[in-house]
Amino acid sequence: MTTPLVAFRDIHVTFAGRVHALAGIDLSIAEGEIVGLVGESGSGKTTLCKVLTAMVRATSGTIEVAGEPLAARIKRDRLGFRRSTQMLLQDAVASLSPRMRVRALIEEPLTIHGLNAAEGKARIEVLRQRLGLPAEALDKYPHQISGGQARRVAILRALILAPQLIVADEPTAGLDVSVQGELLNLLLDLHAEFALTYLIVSHNLAVVRRITQRTVVMYLGRIVEAAPTAALFAAPRHPYTAALLSTHPSVDPAKRRERIVLQGEIPSVIDRPSGCHFHTRCPHVQPRCRVDDPPLVTETSGRQVRCHFPLTAA
Amino acid sequence: MSPPTGAIPVIVRILSTVGGAVGAAIVLAVVVAAVFAPFVATHDPDAINVFQRFADPSSAHWLGTDQLGRDLYSRLVHGATVAMAVALAAIGMALTIGTLLGIAAALVTARIERFILILFDIIASFPSLVLALAVVAVFGPSTVLVVIIVGVTLIPHFGRVARAQVLTLKNAPFIEAERLLGASTLRIVFRHFMPNIAGPLVVLASMDIPVVITIEAGLSFLGLGVRPPLASWGGLIYDGYSFLSDSKIPVIISSAALGLATLGFTLFGEALRDAVDPRLNRDP
Repeated sequence: MTTPLVAFRDIHVTFAGRVHALAGIDLSIAEGEIVGLVGESGSGKTTLCKVLTAMVRATSGTIEVAGEPLAARIKRDRLGFRRSTQMLLQDAVASLSPRMRVRALIEEPLTIHGLNAAEGKARIEVLRQRLGLPAEALDKYPHQISGGQARRVAILRALILAPQLIVADEPTAGLDVSVQGELLNLLLDLHAEFALTYLIVSHNLAVVRRITQRTVVMYLGRIVEAAPTAALFAAPRHPYTAALLSTHPSVDPAKRRERIVLQGEIPSVIDRPSGCHFHTRCPHVQPRCRVDDPPLVTETSGRQVRCHFPLTAA
Repeated sequence: MSPPTGAIPVIVRILSTVGGAVGAAIVLAVVVAAVFAPFVATHDPDAINVFQRFADPSSAHWLGTDQLGRDLYSRLVHGATVAMAVALAAIGMALTIGTLLGIAAALVTARIERFILILFDIIASFPSLVLALAVVAVFGPSTVLVVIIVGVTLIPHFGRVARAQVLTLKNAPFIEAERLLGASTLRIVFRHFMPNIAGPLVVLASMDIPVVITIEAGLSFLGLGVRPPLASWGGLIYDGYSFLSDSKIPVIISSAALGLATLGFTLFGEALRDAVDPRLNRDP
């Protein structure tokens, strides 16, 4: 097996000594893979991205980037790591410095990384046309361009550094459906063209289903299920995944699932439920679930599920 | 996030209010007098003519003369130069040091932040006049000392505002985006924090101008600031006050000039504050 591009090993992140945002994450992302990360607000998706992009330090556990521990990688070559791992923030307009023009924002990575200005500007021009960003937009301020254009500016700022991995937090949030479609196509094309690896975080299951190869489902700071996207959407193994997918509308009435409505709110990460963390809301809860915490089991098919009584395809 | 505010709409908004228009006119008059003093003045401000002591206002001496027969109008014009120079130097110093300390306080560890805030409290709790008396007692009166004393006492003004502004910005998505791109802290401070916190600081600076002018006048009046014969508004008032029994005109005119200038800068500062306040911007 080749070295994964990113490997999380038992990552825990605790804020203020008691908020366990991440409680034991094991996850590998292979080079060239497109991984989707889904889960409710508060499930730890954003924290996981921040740990990966070295914006938040893991309380315990190790992360390896191309086989090298993240801390060592940053110590050795901080800017190199920044070039290799880029992130697209959820609010693209707010992620652009409000008093700088788009042109200055796009050229900023060249300055920060001391790249050749003439070459860089030539590459910016190629990428600008490739991304379909109108030339007029370059002389505007971030609040004067559209949400779709702001995404393209953010993508351009990332791509100019020739990254290996792009973490995208809700890449389609706040966009019209038509613009969403365009943007997803663009991300897929760029994936092939620039040999990128994606970690895509989204509430939008349609987005995850459309572009990811593997889907990871998180609940209360832990992975509850991970499987190839097609298999996961066809037959979820974890009751939580099943409930999430049941909210996802299908055009084919024959395939329409019965809507599973979960009871109650997502429990607090400060005061975790005993046993299986999902037992307070699980429609299939058994006595064992209340006391015995299930491990994340890797099945022979390669699918992973954290459940004592995984669902089987009906 | 307020959109970038262009200079032209701000000027239009200032002039559209009565206070702003009056303030701007006075500020313009004082600034022109200060910058072009040798051309605006009708006489040499230091030319003594003992035969013309306490002359009444006339076509030769627009505002009359003082106890040495010096032209009062010309001395007031040159006093404007001193007042503006002291105000700009003191505020420039306070703005620079205060902003840097304030930004540092918002970004460094809690321990150093506490140290900087306590420093601000100590400075702010010191009345500038008492500080001035103490410093002048040691070093003797001088214009440079006035600048330093006033500048130091204004540091907390700018420091606290800068810190508060940076605290609201430091978790903004665009700052996170810059860090993700690999930008250094220095770059983020100068390229991203500074332009976004400049607005409130400039307003504060403009509102501090009349404060500094009155402090300088007060110190000079007490003989602790600008040394005679250099013309300063406080010195002119003191001269007029000393010879009150000979003529009431110099003290009245000098005081009126100081009052008018202070009023003008205050009105202008308030209009500027309102003009850039996003909550008051009805037509962006």
